[in-house]
Amino acid sequence: MRVNFTVNGRKQEADDVWEGESLLYVLRERMGLPGSKNACEQGECGSCTVRLDGVPVCSCLVAAGQVEGREVVTVEGLADYAAHRTDAHPGGGCASGSCGTSIDAAKRWQAKPQDSQTGEAGALSPIQQAFIDAGAVQCGFCTPGLLVAADELLERNSEPSDADIREALSGNLCRCTGYEKILDAVRLAAARQEEAV
Amino acid sequence: MAQNTRTTPAGTPTNVTQNHTKGGIGESTLRPDGTLKVTGEFAYSSDMWHEDMLWGQTLRSTVAHAEIENIDISEAVAMPGVYAVLTYDDLPAKMKNYGLEIQDTPVLAHGRVRHHGEPVALVAADHPETARRAAAKIKIDYKELPVVTDEASALAADAPLIHEGRDDHHAGHVPHPNIVHRQPIIRGNVEEARKRADVIVEGEYTFGMQDQAFLGPESGLAVPAEDGGVDLYVATQWLHSDLQQIAPVLGLPPEKVRMTLSGVGGAFGGREDISMQIHACLLALRTGKPVKIVYNRFESFFGHVHRHPAKLYYEHGATKDGKLTHMKCKIVLDGGAYASASPAVVGNASSLSVGPYVIDDVDIEAIALYTNNPPCGAMRGFGAVQACFAYEAQMDKVAAKLGMDPVEFRQLNAMEQGTIMPTGQVVDSPAPVAELLRRVKARPLPPEQQWLAAGEAADVRALPGGLSNTTHGEGVVRGIGYAVGIKNVGFSEGFDDYSTARVRLEVINGEPVAMVHTAMAEVGQGGVTVHAQIARTELGVTQVTIHPADTQVGSAGSTSASRQTYMTGGAVKNTCEAVRAKVLEIGRRKFGSYHPAWATAELLLEGGKVVTDGGEVLADLADVLEGEEIDVELEFRHRPTQAFDLVTGQGNGHVQYTFAAHRAVVEVDTELGLVKVVELATAQDVGKALNMLSVVGQIQGGTTQGLGVAVMEEIIVDPKTAKVRNPSFTDYLIPTILDTPTIPVDVLELADPNAPYGLRGLGEAPTLSSTPAVLAAIRAATGLELNKTPVRPEHLTGTGA
Repeated sequence: MRVNFTVNGRKQEADDVWEGESLLYVLRERMGLPGSKNACEQGECGSCTVRLDGVPVCSCLVAAGQVEGREVVTVEGLADYAAHRTDAHPGGGCASGSCGTSIDAAKRWQAKPQDSQTGEAGALSPIQQAFIDAGAVQCGFCTPGLLVAADELLERNSEPSDADIREALSGNLCRCTGYEKILDAVRLAAARQEEAV
Repeated sequence: MAQNTRTTPAGTPTNVTQNHTKGGIGESTLRPDGTLKVTGEFAYSSDMWHEDMLWGQTLRSTVAHAEIENIDISEAVAMPGVYAVLTYDDLPAKMKNYGLEIQDTPVLAHGRVRHHGEPVALVAADHPETARRAAAKIKIDYKELPVVTDEASALAADAPLIHEGRDDHHAGHVPHPNIVHRQPIIRGNVEEARKRADVIVEGEYTFGMQDQAFLGPESGLAVPAEDGGVDLYVATQWLHSDLQQIAPVLGLPPEKVRMTLSGVGGAFGGREDISMQIHACLLALRTGKPVKIVYNRFESFFGHVHRHPAKLYYEHGATKDGKLTHMKCKIVLDGGAYASASPAVVGNASSLSVGPYVIDDVDIEAIALYTNNPPCGAMRGFGAVQACFAYEAQMDKVAAKLGMDPVEFRQLNAMEQGTIMPTGQVVDSPAPVAELLRRVKARPLPPEQQWLAAGEAADVRALPGGLSNTTHGEGVVRGIGYAVGIKNVGFSEGFDDYSTARVRLEVINGEPVAMVHTAMAEVGQGGVTVHAQIARTELGVTQVTIHPADTQVGSAGSTSASRQTYMTGGAVKNTCEAVRAKVLEIGRRKFGSYHPAWATAELLLEGGKVVTDGGEVLADLADVLEGEEIDVELEFRHRPTQAFDLVTGQGNGHVQYTFAAHRAVVEVDTELGLVKVVELATAQDVGKALNMLSVVGQIQGGTTQGLGVAVMEEIIVDPKTAKVRNPSFTDYLIPTILDTPTIPVDVLELADPNAPYGLRGLGEAPTLSSTPAVLAAIRAATGLELNKTPVRPEHLTGTGA
């Protein structure tokens, strides 16, 4: 079958998609977007977390056919997505439900090309920069999913408590860090967001 | 077969360059691969892609022990999209086995399978699902055999031999062919010392099988080359060890197997052994096409060795004034069907079985069994982890029997610099065991019963059961426990352990640039970060390029045994020193006549300049290097070690020792058997922190893996069938961010004079003492004996087996 959907602000169509293929497979193997990781294919580890119409989901558990006509944001588009959000909603976070990106706005938005050799996109999103600065990245396999989940947390809750962070990220397994520096990174991103207001 | 002109696969690692004005050792510089990893651009082995590539699939045995009577591949071969189906009969070379130390592991099963999940056949197809379905169409007739699952069934008079006709170098000294290796250690006179004991404590402990559960499953891409060889991109811990095992079974000379390290999604010992490497190469060479193999999580549980489960029997004696008199122990490790790292695990378990304590009279025995259980081998802290769980439980029991404080009792018996190990080896660098315990004990405790103080605002997320809202504090009891451990660093027992570093220094666009090229497997630990720091410190440059790790440079040894910063960090330092000597030689030749200091002073490279030790600038590095390029590759070795005597266990077997202590604070819902670890404080001596951010990250990560073993992690193997029951993240649980407490870290830096910069390997020690500290805290809260990992709710409520 053919699936039409929007990935990181760009219209995409995937042909010859087999009914059993997941959104994760289509992203990784058909769209050339391997940033979302496959670590369990069971919805247990969160490494494949993407935004589907704004909602964080395990893309391994979403059948590709279900994304027809919908909006997907992956880690590859996170920096632009966050930049756009800042433009659209100056001051960063806002109350749950009242912000995020409207479908219209998302349709107008285009991802900026990245230099695939260096990975240098124009700028990183605050949560991406905070993960680097706080030492929250070791092997990095869990990082893309955590970034998408943490960015969504900060979008709806600009001043999360530690318990809020733990709850929001409890669907994302990390085997390297013991999570302490991931907490540091989210706190850091929230603090920087606060400073920027 | 026609060879297409091959392009470089997508995801091939490239140089990573980092610019940092200072950024030498001791600074918390950031990862050079950090930006790639947060943008999703970093290519892991599972992200590799090649035009025209096929997908490989492994068919694994569904039973643990059986004769293979027939394999029928006809239906699989006939499926559209299938390019090859391989079985044992297709193996191209005389050598058909591999193994880290003993080559006892068949590339594909031949006539017999020895454990659940053993590879039997391979498929290559144009879609991964086609490959999976084709593999499912292969028919195998098994004639099941009785399974060997524990010490009793392995050593019974009529026990089936897991490996008949053994001729490995341990076969001659083991008491039974189902024992891989046995290491006794005898020192002093236990029978005499026993008479001095006022109290004697015995204990029997069971350590469950742990999985490394690295998040990036086994994967890689093999690309056939025009010279008949193969280019292999793979996630591993030791490229050259893989190469030595791969080339012979492919029937290729090692130079025709060119390996490059792809992005590694964690390792923790689980990538020391071969997984899909040989299989992908076989399929690629057979089909003439690039072949990618990626395990899913289910297969990953069968695709690598696990931590040895163990039974440990201990006896300790002490005088009434609290001095340990003697220790006897027997440690039985289950190595599973193939040897893997079992011999080294036995060596560690026996030589570190006393723990970080002074006991002159010991009688120690450690063995690893061959069974039909899943093969076990390397995992973070191997051998030492199992022993620490048992001896620390013993320390609490002895202290309790003496009516002493468990920390004071440990401190009274703690080893220190100058202590003689049971192997006769003198601990010749700092061993601050008592101090580490003092530090974790002195830390303020987290507030008690905070749910009472908070009243209505009480957050159930901080209570046992968490969001399940199972208690608001009723039946919740706090416990505090302590533990300390000792681990060796580097490869031991006479192994020729070395690493290689190549460093090139040249001027690019007017700037001096150092390129560091090693075969070190960056598995997440941050080796690439410290290599850049070392090059900056030694060569005074700002720009350092890290070359991808591959087999075009000499071996770096394994990213295991807490050894890489010591060994490959040491190799980078060593090579940089040789590069610096060449710089100064060129400088003297070019500019020596301009200033007498070139001949007389101690010269350094700092801030891109050649300076005297007094700080006087003699020349710009760029001017010295103009028209020159320095490229040096050197090997670096730690001081030699000795094998342990096979009868007495005596010998200077280890390179360096490393120590960590933990204090666990837990809250237990005694009615439901739910445990909340509230805080897991730790103190560790790291000799010298080359990068404190990375050091703390390693310690917190290692601590959390120990926590997992304490309360949730275990691969469950059916004792009747030897089949694995929980190969998924739904059934094998690892700690989430909700299960993991605050982990305050206290780092000591007491230099080891024998080690580069005085550093001490640090990755494993935190995994040792974390587990027994949590167990001790749960025992303190519940009063239960709890001699097994992991502690499950039914163990706390008495409602289960």
